[in-house]
Amino acid sequence: MSSPRRVALVGNPNTGKTTLFNALTGFRAKVGNYAGVTVERKSGPLKGGTIPAEIIDLPGTYSLSARSADEMVAVDVLLGHRSEDPTPPDLVLVVLDASNLERNLFLATQIFETGLPCALVLNMMDMAETNGISIDTAELERRLSVRVFPVVASKGTGLDALRQFICSDNAALARSPQRVVFPEAFDSATTSLGEALTAAGVAARDTTPFLLRRALLEVGGMAEQRMRTQGGDKAAAAIDGARATLQQAGHRLVSLEAKARYASIRGVLDGVVKIPEGRRETTSDRIDRVLIHPVWGVVVFMALMLVVFQAIYSWSAPFMDLIDGCFGWLSEQVTANMSEGPLASFLADGVIAGVGGVVIFLPQIIILFLFISILEDCGYMARAAFLADRLLSRLGLSGRSFIPMLSSFACAIPGVMATRTIEDPRDRLTTIMVAPLMSCSARLPVYALMIGAFIPAYSIGGVLGLQGLVLFAMYLVGPAVAIPVALLLRRSLLKGPKPTFLMELPPYRRPNWKQVGFRLLERAGAFLKRAGTVIFAVSVVVWAATYYPRPAAVAESIEARYAERIAAAEGDTAEELTAERDRAIEGAYLRQSILGRMGSAIEPLVRPLGWDWRIGMAVIASFPAREVVVSTLGIIFDVGSDADEESDALRDRLVAAQWADGSPIFTIPVAVSIMVFFALCAQCAATLAIIRRETNSWRWPIFAFVYMTTLAWIGALLVYQVGTLIAG
Amino acid sequence: MKLSQMAIGQKGLITDLQGDSALIQRLLELGLTDGETVEVVRFAPLGDPMEIRVRGYYLSLRRVEANAIVVEPQA
Repeated sequence: MSSPRRVALVGNPNTGKTTLFNALTGFRAKVGNYAGVTVERKSGPLKGGTIPAEIIDLPGTYSLSARSADEMVAVDVLLGHRSEDPTPPDLVLVVLDASNLERNLFLATQIFETGLPCALVLNMMDMAETNGISIDTAELERRLSVRVFPVVASKGTGLDALRQFICSDNAALARSPQRVVFPEAFDSATTSLGEALTAAGVAARDTTPFLLRRALLEVGGMAEQRMRTQGGDKAAAAIDGARATLQQAGHRLVSLEAKARYASIRGVLDGVVKIPEGRRETTSDRIDRVLIHPVWGVVVFMALMLVVFQAIYSWSAPFMDLIDGCFGWLSEQVTANMSEGPLASFLADGVIAGVGGVVIFLPQIIILFLFISILEDCGYMARAAFLADRLLSRLGLSGRSFIPMLSSFACAIPGVMATRTIEDPRDRLTTIMVAPLMSCSARLPVYALMIGAFIPAYSIGGVLGLQGLVLFAMYLVGPAVAIPVALLLRRSLLKGPKPTFLMELPPYRRPNWKQVGFRLLERAGAFLKRAGTVIFAVSVVVWAATYYPRPAAVAESIEARYAERIAAAEGDTAEELTAERDRAIEGAYLRQSILGRMGSAIEPLVRPLGWDWRIGMAVIASFPAREVVVSTLGIIFDVGSDADEESDALRDRLVAAQWADGSPIFTIPVAVSIMVFFALCAQCAATLAIIRRETNSWRWPIFAFVYMTTLAWIGALLVYQVGTLIAG
Repeated sequence: MKLSQMAIGQKGLITDLQGDSALIQRLLELGLTDGETVEVVRFAPLGDPMEIRVRGYYLSLRRVEANAIVVEPQA
């Protein structure tokens, strides 16, 4: 056997499917995307098996009547309808939460009908035991005529038997599980529909008993659509006719399936699962009494958010200093060991400063994702959605938008990707459109630089620092602006009925540290990859635009101006003059460089915001990736190569920067105006690219770019003008 | 009585589902079938959504969605 056995993992959300996937593959996932849709395809080789096998992790779904893109992919893969998985899997493992077999088996009974070899994996057996639930797996196996594997994926319990089964020979896999008995009228309607459709010219692969049932049950569903396109009016008439016959026989189409399945499941589980009499209060219930308490829940929620933001700011400091030191040292080595010229400048100012200025955020990103991973893993995220839904639903979003929005505080890219779990397309688009307004970690350096340099460090009551408060306020700008934007979108471009909010509240779990660590590595890797590609490229272009053209005449005229004075001066004064001359030369070069000219050209546009041409050019340079602004400001305000937001020299330079009349450029209103601009502007090529990919059209990224940039300009203008009025 | 009108801790028997067919189908898939017992666990701080217990697990849904579920309150 040459090609590996393909094993699909299917199950409801919150069944620990991903944990099982990681345990089976040993964290060796290959992550890609299904073509044309935005659903992630995750697969990996089975570890510790006797034959090669590929494990495919399908998106979580409650049913095979697919409504969201996620569910659609799961169904398509099972049917072998996707180009990435052109044949059905060789084995389907249905992953079930052992504490909640009744509901989980609904999907399992649907999968039994696909006719694919399958087995049940009862995950989180330990939790079921703790809750006093006992399961007679041997009897369940016998009644359903399908293999049942009790496991605890997070601890690796029971996985050896599962691995052995995955690798057993074909004959052992093929078993036909007990199927749910549907009313006779339904079965005969399916049979006659099949005959009618074959006569109408629908291909045999689209008229399997499984698909015929799905077509009858799901009005307007995928199976029905496929048959209608192939069989035309004849097929449509046959389907409508079959449904009418059923209705006449007294069956309600909408409830027929659920009734039959749940009745059958109850029969199967009777005597197999023993749940303790009366409702015992579980640990989860006790935790929830506090965490979703009308008052305490909100208090805990707010406190938690505050801790997260404090941690991002203070825990990361030593690591950031360390990274800063490393890049500073590298840059010094280049400057010290290479002769002055384009190459040295390119390496020190372009490559090292550009990439270093971005890598420095790695500690903050790791800390944020650490919190998000833990909160997600332990089940708190669903509670947060529960708490926030009323608020968000008034804005035309849903509680489900909460996780993508929160993730966007780290980076809009995972945030936009996380919107995949939102079923309603309008809800999803609205969330995608406002998610980039959240202050991502790339905005933090801008805030840190401006706040550190221009906001006084006094503390209120000895506890709360003004600088920290301003930072917190900057993080509130995004949500505050997102509200009217979302409302407007929901009333104009994305008008439509309010979608549903049905969400399971899974029991709390101890976070799986291996899993959390793995996810952190994944995120950190993705971030570094971005730093190494997009941001590297941008740095190079920005460097070139600030370095060229470089006619020698510029330097010569300034040198000539200084020559006499330097010759006349002595000692320290001479040295100071030389330094001043060199700065003047750099400044002159910069002013007539490509980027400098662009900055001068847009000066009329940015003057009302309180900015000079240099700030304007730094902002232009940061449109592909906003974090670039710090290193660009460093290059422009002439402190050399290793500028980052913690660099005191850059801070001092900004404080010292003056207009022609000697008044300082950077005042508090200017600093805040810059921060507000960065808070609202769509300065991230990668986010726009991901929006393009997720919405499958250029329309939405262009819309996001235009509206955000306009808002940013207006916001900065208001802040500066009002601020100057107050200050003046 | 509608599920949304029940009080915290109150149990009810589902007698009917009324409203949008996509919503009804999803509710059915999640196990809210005729004759099932549901219990109201709590309401979110702003009174919406609500949390219910059905078939041994916890589900959150909005009041408008709970309006689709007709129940007969149990003593």
